[in-house]
Amino acid sequence: MQPSLPTIIKRLSRRNETYVFIVLIGLCLLIEIRSGQFFSSNNLVDISSAMIVPGLFAIGAFLVLISGGIDVSFPALASLSAYATTKLLLVINYNGSIWAAILLALFIGAILGAFNGLFIAFFNLPALIVTLGTASVFKGIMQGALNSKQLTTIPAGMVEFGKKSLFIATNSVSGLTSRMPFAFLFFLLVLALTSFILRYTMFGRGIYCIGGSETSAIRAGVRVKRTKFIMYILVGMIVSVAGIFRASMMQQFHPTNMLGMELNIIAGIVLGGTLLTGGKGTLFGAILGTLLIVVVENSLILIGVPTTFKNIFIGSLIIIGTSVSIYQSTNMNGIGNKKFTKRNAV
Amino acid sequence: MNLLNNKKIKFMSINDPHITRLVFLIALWMIFIAITRFGKFYTVLNFQTMASQFPEFGLMALGVMLCMLTGGIDLSVVGIANMTSIIVAFILLSLTGEGGTLPAFSILLVFILAIMIGAIAGIFNGVLVSKLNIPPILATMGSGALFTGISVVLTNGNAVSKFSRAYSQTINNKLGGVIPVQLIFFIVMAVFIWFLLSKTVFGTKLYMLGTSPTAARFSGLKITKLLIKTYMLSGITAALGGMIMLANYNSARADYGSVYTLQTVLIVVLGGVDPLGGKGKISGVVLAIILLRMLETGINRFPHISSYYISLIWGSVLLLVMVLNYFSVNKKPVVKE
Repeated sequence: MQPSLPTIIKRLSRRNETYVFIVLIGLCLLIEIRSGQFFSSNNLVDISSAMIVPGLFAIGAFLVLISGGIDVSFPALASLSAYATTKLLLVINYNGSIWAAILLALFIGAILGAFNGLFIAFFNLPALIVTLGTASVFKGIMQGALNSKQLTTIPAGMVEFGKKSLFIATNSVSGLTSRMPFAFLFFLLVLALTSFILRYTMFGRGIYCIGGSETSAIRAGVRVKRTKFIMYILVGMIVSVAGIFRASMMQQFHPTNMLGMELNIIAGIVLGGTLLTGGKGTLFGAILGTLLIVVVENSLILIGVPTTFKNIFIGSLIIIGTSVSIYQSTNMNGIGNKKFTKRNAV
Repeated sequence: MNLLNNKKIKFMSINDPHITRLVFLIALWMIFIAITRFGKFYTVLNFQTMASQFPEFGLMALGVMLCMLTGGIDLSVVGIANMTSIIVAFILLSLTGEGGTLPAFSILLVFILAIMIGAIAGIFNGVLVSKLNIPPILATMGSGALFTGISVVLTNGNAVSKFSRAYSQTINNKLGGVIPVQLIFFIVMAVFIWFLLSKTVFGTKLYMLGTSPTAARFSGLKITKLLIKTYMLSGITAALGGMIMLANYNSARADYGSVYTLQTVLIVVLGGVDPLGGKGKISGVVLAIILLRMLETGINRFPHISSYYISLIWGSVLLLVMVLNYFSVNKKPVVKE
């Protein structure tokens, strides 16, 4: 039987995604009204291409959050892995396609991810603290051992990949053109694959299960340590590829300019309804929340807000967004009694 | 009486594995430096420099520690520090007379102002965490961005400088020609917080709340008030850290000390504070701060080693200490796999 419309609305009103979606649409409309430029084809393409790297990061960080952990090392991991890959290819004067870069980055990312996974899964240490430590280690290896500097030239294959576009959108009014990077296709692919894994595989359900309650997960027969370990390897691989994409799209590599993205990404994911305690949240919501942050970061200038106000906007968004979602979840789910709201620590 | 004595003895002896480990690591590093770079490290000037540098992030770490004891965290300390130092820099700029002089009352005035700014910012965090029930990590992340945003808007992203040097000279002074003034601030705050935590009911309540929020609630603690006070204290220590940053740089900017955000968390955890709350001592945090400052300064005494290695060393020390804890404390999981 098809649920009736009020039921659907009631169901939707309990979901964080709905609110984020409404805010997002509202913001887009506001920008459109103020500038008339938001829904222009080239701006939409610009937003999509700005979404690739944060989107991939969000997928990785989302997996960790769902498992009940929190990862602040992914920008450092991506930077180190992408820097090492690019530098290595430059040193051996590699001229082939981007696949070598991607495979190499996947490999390095898997090792670094396994490093995270080792401490978190097998020593059972808190993910926040471990990733704080490993982020520091990764940064130290990149800046100390590899003596990283800005790479103004990158291998030909990466340059070519960065310039390759799916299509080119032209703004009919201003005549500005924007290219949709080929990497966007990869982003969609990773998104679809992760979504499939989370929904239809034992591994994916295991991640949710661990985040819900680790003890129950063990009782239910989930191999907790193995699942966590593989998950951190997977996250390392996803974010490393994001690092390579970023270098390709910018046609150069700046070792430190991805650092510091972690807090905004995590905020976006939580805005999209993922619980910091783990176990609850959807990939769709996470991407929506990240999109909201990306739109704020990229479109303020269109409504005539100086970029100096960016931080104020993002800060208020996190505070207002999360307080609204917490308010509605405590009131809608019948557990309005604050006595039993679980206060989550880290 | 007997019980009290026992308690005292327990307090005096070093029975905390965290503390022992940190003391051991510091001793090890000092011996290593003594063997390799004695003349360049063991000078009064070097120790004075270290003592004048660490209070800026040391103070911030004290605040983070308080929040972590309740099971929360404060990621906004750097935002508060920068916002405070920028507002104070503007005040100093307007007070600076021709010829670069400051009225005598101004330094006291700006410190009172800084404490007020820190307290307000902290109360804001406390309200977000306790009244609106936002998870501390998100609340302070958001407010941190907000405070940084205010700083950027106030300054347009530029540095505020050219105010009278008198402020920076006062703070950079050495008491009796030996002890840096910055260190005094740190010691006063550290002793104050030590007193709060171990000698007052407030401290006991804080540990109780961190150990079990549910138990604390059922024993009738006013959790909202307690949390607001905690975050307020954290805001005040952060603001004082900002004042020291202002003196050390002799200017203020929205992005100063941005690495301190995670660094303070790292210090606090290294000091043996349980991120889930309820456990941790101020002595551990102070030792962690000293250890990290010594590591960093020590590394700088080896000119051929890039100073970038320091972040590698910090991370490794943190991981090492945690793995050592894992093996020594050997917390058994609830159920075996």
